[in-house]
Amino acid sequence: MKKLDRNQMAARVARDIPEGAYVNLGIGLPTLVADHLPKGREIILHSENGVLGIGPRPAPGEEDEDLINAGKEPVTLLAGGAYFHHGDSFAMIRGRHLDFAVLGAFQVSVAGDLANWHTGAADAIPAVGGAMDLAVGAKKVLVMMEHLTKKGESKIVQRCTYPLTAARCVDRIYTDLAVIDVKPDGLHVVDLVEGLSFDELQRLTGVPLKKLATAA
Amino acid sequence: MIDKFVASAEAALADIPDGATVMIGGFGNAGMPAALIDALIAQGARELTIVNNNAGNGDTGLAALMKAKRVRKILCSFPRQADSWHFDALYRAGEIQLELVPQGTLAERIRAAGAGIGAFYTPTAFGTRLAEGKETRRIEGRDYVLEYPIHADYALIKADRADRWGNLVYRKTARNFAPIMASAARCTVAQVRETVELGALDPEQVVTPGIFVKRIVRIAPSLKKAA
Repeated sequence: MKKLDRNQMAARVARDIPEGAYVNLGIGLPTLVADHLPKGREIILHSENGVLGIGPRPAPGEEDEDLINAGKEPVTLLAGGAYFHHGDSFAMIRGRHLDFAVLGAFQVSVAGDLANWHTGAADAIPAVGGAMDLAVGAKKVLVMMEHLTKKGESKIVQRCTYPLTAARCVDRIYTDLAVIDVKPDGLHVVDLVEGLSFDELQRLTGVPLKKLATAA
Repeated sequence: MIDKFVASAEAALADIPDGATVMIGGFGNAGMPAALIDALIAQGARELTIVNNNAGNGDTGLAALMKAKRVRKILCSFPRQADSWHFDALYRAGEIQLELVPQGTLAERIRAAGAGIGAFYTPTAFGTRLAEGKETRRIEGRDYVLEYPIHADYALIKADRADRWGNLVYRKTARNFAPIMASAARCTVAQVRETVELGALDPEQVVTPGIFVKRIVRIAPSLKKAA
């Protein structure tokens, strides 16, 4: 089987973001989705620090310390972009105005519970940022993560063992092995990487998966 | 004549007492009122409660204030960063209290204080450990957590331009928390790049009206490049 690399995962997510969508890309892996949005599709990127209409990375030397994203990386603004304060920014998030939030995760449960802010380690210094707001607020929550931990355990689990970000919030999971929809009756496999059988994915994942009628 | 211009950062912060709650604007370096934080360090107030999205970066600004052991408690959403070593050390040594607040709840608690709201229900954090011990309520089939406003004695913010009535305009994403913090504090002090004549700011573009601002200090942009 051919696992997807980070850019291939980002491209797979980008394919599903439609024209006209308002989208928040989480810090880290989800930020890569911006580089793969299909040319010619108008998609408006939101960042929780107070900006809509984020454009490409600035050229070296063109960075502006007053224009950053939630990951505190320098960005640019597209024509038509807007700035606003944090109260308004999170009104957009909690008020169900964002079409998609793309978030990283440590674990997702079969019920769509998300754990992505805390490893649960007793000595860890916690940090949550906007994760909990995005998880409850966006119309659709898309998760991007590697399918397995470094130890080979599935990150898709019956019940999250890490502290929850939000319960029953995830709509779709994109991993380096598969695309899986979270539905009331369980997990439906939408896509598999080349050379991976459904049965092998089922074995690696542990929790019950369903074949989507249209899946190969 | 109303004149909110103050000659120096030192003069603008002279009356901050020990034990004060101080909001500090900024998200990372964008909008961070560095000159006001330096003046707060020099001023000497202790046992402060600080409200900021983060818990300091590197060795300057808020990180330096904490390193000087002047902060009793911090309310923030994202303390842990690659360069938050001063906070990390104090936290691990039990020398600073942390109230971790989801970023949107932090913003709304600040906004609520400024808007005279007694408390509000938010869906954020329901069913998580950040809602433990809090009142909850189901409204029209959705679960919410009761959250209370965060009031402050002082807010230290950065804006781009100001007039002597205290009207403010900002620059790009440096705006972040400043407008809501300005409304939530009894005394808001703004560090600005430029002061202008009354009437020079387009009233259609004023973001923070002067009613929310008490003191303005002009800080000329530093010639040295930020490290």
